[in-house]
Amino acid sequence: MTDTRRSSRPPGAVSRSREAAPEVSIRRSAPTRPANNSAPRRELARWGWGLAGILVVALLWEGYKAIGPADGVVLGETRVLPRTTDLAMPHIWEMLARLGEPVTRADDALPLWAVVALAALTTLGIAAAGWLVGVVVGIGFALIMQRWRLAEWGLLPWIVISQTVPLIAFAPVVKSWGSRVEIGAFEWQDWMSVALIASYLAFFPIAIGALKGLQSPDRIHEELMQTYAAGYWQTLVKLRMPAAVPYLLPALRLGAANAVIGAVVAEVSTGLQGGIGRILIQFAGQASGDPAKAWGPIFGSIVLGLVAAGSVALLGVMLKNYRRTEESA
Amino acid sequence: MTQEQGVQMTAVEINGVDKVFETRTGQVQALDSIDLTVAAGEFVSLIGPSGCGKSTLMRLVADLDEPTGGTISVFGKTPRTARLDQEYGIAFQQAGLLPWRTVAGNVALPLELHGVASAARSARVTELLDMVGLSDFADRYPDQLSGGMQQRVAIARALAEQPRLLLMDEPFGALDEMTREKMQTELVRISAETGAAVVFVTHSIPEAVFLSDRVVVMSPRPGRIQQIVPMRLGVDAQRAARTEELREERGFFEMVTAVREALHGGSPIATGARGVENR
Repeated sequence: MTDTRRSSRPPGAVSRSREAAPEVSIRRSAPTRPANNSAPRRELARWGWGLAGILVVALLWEGYKAIGPADGVVLGETRVLPRTTDLAMPHIWEMLARLGEPVTRADDALPLWAVVALAALTTLGIAAAGWLVGVVVGIGFALIMQRWRLAEWGLLPWIVISQTVPLIAFAPVVKSWGSRVEIGAFEWQDWMSVALIASYLAFFPIAIGALKGLQSPDRIHEELMQTYAAGYWQTLVKLRMPAAVPYLLPALRLGAANAVIGAVVAEVSTGLQGGIGRILIQFAGQASGDPAKAWGPIFGSIVLGLVAAGSVALLGVMLKNYRRTEESA
Repeated sequence: MTQEQGVQMTAVEINGVDKVFETRTGQVQALDSIDLTVAAGEFVSLIGPSGCGKSTLMRLVADLDEPTGGTISVFGKTPRTARLDQEYGIAFQQAGLLPWRTVAGNVALPLELHGVASAARSARVTELLDMVGLSDFADRYPDQLSGGMQQRVAIARALAEQPRLLLMDEPFGALDEMTREKMQTELVRISAETGAAVVFVTHSIPEAVFLSDRVVVMSPRPGRIQQIVPMRLGVDAQRAARTEELREERGFFEMVTAVREALHGGSPIATGARGVENR
């Protein structure tokens, strides 16, 4: 039998080992869920509040634009609130209308929204590749750190430090390294540098979350596996992996958001064409003549982040049985 | 009945076992020269105040800990071999079910780990759930069950591989009194059905008396066996004959008194003002 290591969990860790509350009777019938009929209503309310939040932001924007001074609010030498001119703060309806107009005056120009969508899809693909690499690397690190306490001591500080490296400085270096990689028919593409940088941001929360999850089984469960004479791999597959799911899901979502940010920033700093990072810069440069246009890619990257996080949420729905807790609800 | 078998085969044999824990404040002698033999098919309870080492003793038998001195054998094997050979089933105070598995999935876990084929597995699970009266709940998840039901699933899981020895560490400790008595009655039935020896750790005197053939009374600091009280109930009657009525019989109360006095070092004064005629 391998040594099953006890991990001292941080105080905030979710514990499934609370004393089971004594219950008076043996329940013969299914526990009825009173929330059943109000569930759609609650769902509706959630969407309602979400929309209300967007509306509030829109109202603040337009409200400030209407009453704020044209030159913004200046305290001493510092401008604490922005100018309210159409150049600095276009009307929301102008930004939205601009999305439907052609991107340039050329005859065959696509509408702005289509250009933004295409760029967003490109970035999404790169971010997804980076996310996948981040998942593999992050879970790999977590497995190593869970298996050997020494590895946790040795690796964890470096993993934390890795995230303090400024990405902007880092991106061109990766690109130049990549340009020298050529193995047989394989040639390093520029988008791979971007994906690599995205994975660099994505792996961090995944490694931390997965480690915490793999260490989360209660002592009683670990000992139970020990009494079954289960080895490391069996314990991993039957106990640690499933127990890690509730910790892993938020980490994967954070990783997805990080991958998108990493991809966008890396596109900007490596100057990769075709992604949303590029048009973000390009259209911002055109803002003096066409202020509403610069907002297209901004909306695009917001939607991009939502899609990325939403895809992971979908994963959570599929794994919902692994998010149960032992106590009766 | 059980005594005849006991001559042929012992389930657990403990000889001069010591256990010392190293703590920050120094050494703690948890167990001091423990000798105990549990016959095959025998039901033995370990009882004593907190810190008397009764759980520790059970953990040593289960090979979840190693003794500092002395020897333990389980069906003639070392505890480690016995564990690897799956000679015992175990149940703790907490049910310890895996929350992401259904009731059937939880009971099937040990079978799954030991490569029992799918068909044989589900047949065995059906049989076990029938035994603990949870057939209708096979597809439920642990969070949908009451504490008593969760504990019954844990017992079914402990019995999955037909062990000849069942180790139970206060399995009913977290249950309310009514559920607890119901579970005790069921355990009596189940242990009679399976014929397994049981080592049962408990805090409760009536529980120990109701269930056991022998009650091992332990004292703390260091953990020692104070006295082993044979239950005349068990010798007279077969285990299956223990019913709810037993709880109200005179003999039952006499045994409770005997265990209580053993617990308090044989001094009737400690148990309060009371007649001493049964001393």
